[in-house]
Amino acid sequence: MSLAALKDVEVEYGAGRALGPVSLEIGAGETVALVGPSGCGKSTALRLLAGLEAPERGSVTLATARGETAVVFQAPTLASWLSAQANVALPLELAGASQNEASRKASQALARVGLAGAEAKRPVQLSGGMAMRVSLARALVTEPKLLLLDEPFAALDEITRRTLADDVLALWAASRPAIVFVTHNVEEAVYMASRVIVLTRGPGRIAADIAVPGPMPRPPHFRTEASFRSVAEAVSDALAQGVAA
Amino acid sequence: MSRLAPLVLLALLLAAWEIACRAMQVPAYFLPAPSAVAIALGEHFPTLVRAAGQTLSTAVIALVIASLIAQALAVLTALSPLLDRAIRPLASVVQVTPVVAIAPLLLIWAGLDHPGRALVALAVLVAFFPIFSGAVSGLRSADPDLERLFTLYGAGRWQRVTRLRLPAAVPFLLEGHKVGAGLALIGAVVAEFGAGSGKVQGLAWQMLDAGNKLQTARMIAALVVLGAMGVALHALLEAVERTGLRWWRGR
Repeated sequence: MSLAALKDVEVEYGAGRALGPVSLEIGAGETVALVGPSGCGKSTALRLLAGLEAPERGSVTLATARGETAVVFQAPTLASWLSAQANVALPLELAGASQNEASRKASQALARVGLAGAEAKRPVQLSGGMAMRVSLARALVTEPKLLLLDEPFAALDEITRRTLADDVLALWAASRPAIVFVTHNVEEAVYMASRVIVLTRGPGRIAADIAVPGPMPRPPHFRTEASFRSVAEAVSDALAQGVAA
Repeated sequence: MSRLAPLVLLALLLAAWEIACRAMQVPAYFLPAPSAVAIALGEHFPTLVRAAGQTLSTAVIALVIASLIAQALAVLTALSPLLDRAIRPLASVVQVTPVVAIAPLLLIWAGLDHPGRALVALAVLVAFFPIFSGAVSGLRSADPDLERLFTLYGAGRWQRVTRLRLPAAVPFLLEGHKVGAGLALIGAVVAEFGAGSGKVQGLAWQMLDAGNKLQTARMIAALVVLGAMGVALHALLEAVERTGLRWWRGR
């Protein structure tokens, strides 16, 4: 059974169509990458899946209850006036959890992303990678069934990107949420996803839906394997055709 | 060295003033020499300080009231778009109304026996707008993605205001209060002038009274006290703003 589905959705902003028509199903526990050129509506698709936006046409079916979806944005999007722990505890507190319980779970979530001991730090005292981990911890603390990542590592350096990609996959292996993430980095898409959906240039439609073989989480040196290279090339080709179309 | 520059300039200006008054034998009721002002300041110091205290207390009470009203109204505009559309134009009317023009009205309403209330009300009117408009902008300054997260987590309107929009507004609130406090002091003095009554003997009354008696040195002495009070208040509020921002940013 699918966790979230878009059926013939179209989204319009102001004068023109921003996305669609697009139909897409996300199964429980899947890891899906959305790639496409800038302005193709990737982030819009993500907001539809989050239920943060409604399409002009078509339908969105979400099997997730409130609190079962979490989003990580391109920027860490932390509240500057709260400590790392309070930032992570926020979703639980908004949902009515007691402060004690929220703090306890927030500490655990921070430990899961490798930030044990950083509870009291304010966002300004964190590096870009650490702030992104706090953002990730905040997404994980509610134990979501659907985790949506909107170009989460775009602002980070290559080493940090790769470390975080492995961390996300390890976290996925632990609780198996469905992950949908937007990126325009083909290698990152193929590395992190079991399925890569390529969108055409805006208004984005689906140019290709490519399955990525291989074990999850990825073994070391997966990026140098022949299967990885051939899928990456297929994605690149689909992307080029989608831009030309 | 460069920090002494304004003091040196001040000393030079005072010296020139003193020398000019003596050389040209300017009458003291027209322009007293700085030395005469200093003497008047010493002579009337206790009265002037008491008067300054009265003006300051008017300003501080007004600031507290203006702060509460402005923030309450700003929160209402953040809670409901309808209230926002209703409140904001009216708030601007307050801003463009000159205090002096409504002073007589407020004095009537406050009752001739309570001119102090009218003074506070007038100072409130002046201090209100910068705090209100700062709060309104501040309440809209939260990161749109954080707003989306609050939507995603099903936050209620009240939670959104108290957990997100008010904390995000802190820098704007600090700035608004800094400007508002300065204006409250000015408003209090202007209102005292407008009231002109003998019941409230603040700094403006001291100046009016001295003016009526042609005690020009005492007038200027009152002005010096007012200036010193303004500078001190500004320095205090700058410090409050700095400390507040450091807390808010986490460093």
